[in-house]
Amino acid sequence: MSEIKRDYKKLSKHIRKKILKMVFNSQTSHIGSSLSIVDILTVLYFKILSIDPKNPWSEDRDRFILSKGHACASLYATLALRGFFSEEILDTYCLDGGVLPGHSTMHCAPGVEVSTGSLGHGLSMGVGMAIATKHDKRNYRVFVILSDGECDEGSVWEAAMFASQHKLDNLIAIIDRNKLQAFGRTEEVVGLEPLKDKWTAFGWAVKEIDGHNFSEIEKTLAQVPFIKNKPSAVIAHTIKGKGVSFMENQLAWHYKSPNKEQLEVALKELDSV
Amino acid sequence: MRRQFINTLTELARKDNKIFLLTGDLGFSFFEEFRKNFPKRFFNIGVAEANMVGIAAGLALSGKIVFIYSIAPFATMRCFEQIRNDLCYQNLNVRIVGVGGGLCYGSAGMTHHSIEDIAIMKALPNMTVVCPGDPLEVEMAVKATVSWRGPVYLRLGRGNEPRIHSDISNFKIGRGIIIKNGNEITIMSTGNILHVAKQVTDKLTNKGISVRLISMHTIKPLDKKVIIKSNQETKAIFIIEEHSLIGGLGSSVSEVLAEENVKKILFKRFSLPDAYCKDIGNHKYLREKNALSVEQITNNILEIYESIKG
Repeated sequence: MSEIKRDYKKLSKHIRKKILKMVFNSQTSHIGSSLSIVDILTVLYFKILSIDPKNPWSEDRDRFILSKGHACASLYATLALRGFFSEEILDTYCLDGGVLPGHSTMHCAPGVEVSTGSLGHGLSMGVGMAIATKHDKRNYRVFVILSDGECDEGSVWEAAMFASQHKLDNLIAIIDRNKLQAFGRTEEVVGLEPLKDKWTAFGWAVKEIDGHNFSEIEKTLAQVPFIKNKPSAVIAHTIKGKGVSFMENQLAWHYKSPNKEQLEVALKELDSV
Repeated sequence: MRRQFINTLTELARKDNKIFLLTGDLGFSFFEEFRKNFPKRFFNIGVAEANMVGIAAGLALSGKIVFIYSIAPFATMRCFEQIRNDLCYQNLNVRIVGVGGGLCYGSAGMTHHSIEDIAIMKALPNMTVVCPGDPLEVEMAVKATVSWRGPVYLRLGRGNEPRIHSDISNFKIGRGIIIKNGNEITIMSTGNILHVAKQVTDKLTNKGISVRLISMHTIKPLDKKVIIKSNQETKAIFIIEEHSLIGGLGSSVSEVLAEENVKKILFKRFSLPDAYCKDIGNHKYLREKNALSVEQITNNILEIYESIKG
């Protein structure tokens, strides 16, 4: 880890720019959802996760599941920057004959653990991995990023109940709380609040953080499990489209992809920060 | 069949610590011993089938061989998309054990009947579909799934299905078992209604008809060879299955007959209609209501036989 320069700002800027180019190239969007988790992924992959890009499937690696699989541009760009595969591969994202599909697919590239894309699947798979870890008396942990809209899915809560029942303190759910889902604001579609209370009531140890504050993300994730014998949930307050002012907090950028002019404005804006 | 399943699995789990059993809150009076013997490899997931499939996927992704258990419609339909994405797309070693195929649950009614499960499961890429016909087939099938690659749907009966085979020397997933040879007509059956097919065969044999009886325990991958051979060597193929006529064994066999360059012979399905069973009664009663009793099928075949003999 020492050789990695943990300049989070620089790293996350690089990832955001990659995402913008990937989505511009492919015109496949979900860009707002991808941008909102960049800072969390940056801290995870450059500090928190016990992983080795040179040995991506080592048995004792920490597992990472992007349950909100539509934000996979963000995951691919992070993995590439972390050295799991060449950044050139990112240029083929969602293009004909490419290897990186628009929803993450198991083993499509080194470091991509599972297939996701339909919401409400990732946490259950994470529970299965967490059980296997304990059974095998290994120490790796399982991190799952869910979207907040995803918490509409009943299966999320099935998994949540089960995880606390079985004291899976090697399981960490990070909820990307950007407050926008596919067709409206979360609180206007099916209100999630009080979300912290809900996770707490389901038996999880919960912390709320600013999902764009690197030191807060790092400090919080470094503390898991928050309580022994309890799974940990982090409600990360984020901004959909974070980093590009005209995309921020705009539902439309769940669907829109930047045109050439918008791409240039966005890249310039990121460079100026 | 349930007893045979759990006994076999218990035996296998002693030798292989990769085997896990998950249940959707079912298995009372069947799974207690497994739980006692392997407490760390048994999980009652609760009444939460979608979560059960996802957890099974996570375990399989960690190198485990996972059996998940519920009543057939709950095990296959409540959590269909988890099966599709988590198990089939990722091609994982999870075995879905659905108890109560067809009308086994009798008076429990439509919610517990399973008449579309084979069709639904066989449509999934990477999925293997096995419907054992008697307790020995259950034992063989469960053993065979341990080394099988990818997801399997194992469709069981419910209770005390009679034993048909005295011995099975060479059980293979994907290969039908010729229980009795004959050269006039072929009867193919799958799953828990095999004993009906056996009795029909015996009755027809007593009437002097030479009947070939084949247990098609595997629907996918389908044993095309045995179908083509029966087409060549007998004058008619009859299907006996406790499943909707849409997408069951009969559908699969008819596809082979239509596509392969074979002679035209008589083909008839004794299946359930494309309708939910609204009659109330026990398993045997419901079979009769759907013209699937031994007598009904036998008489039906005898009438047809008159037209093709000689």
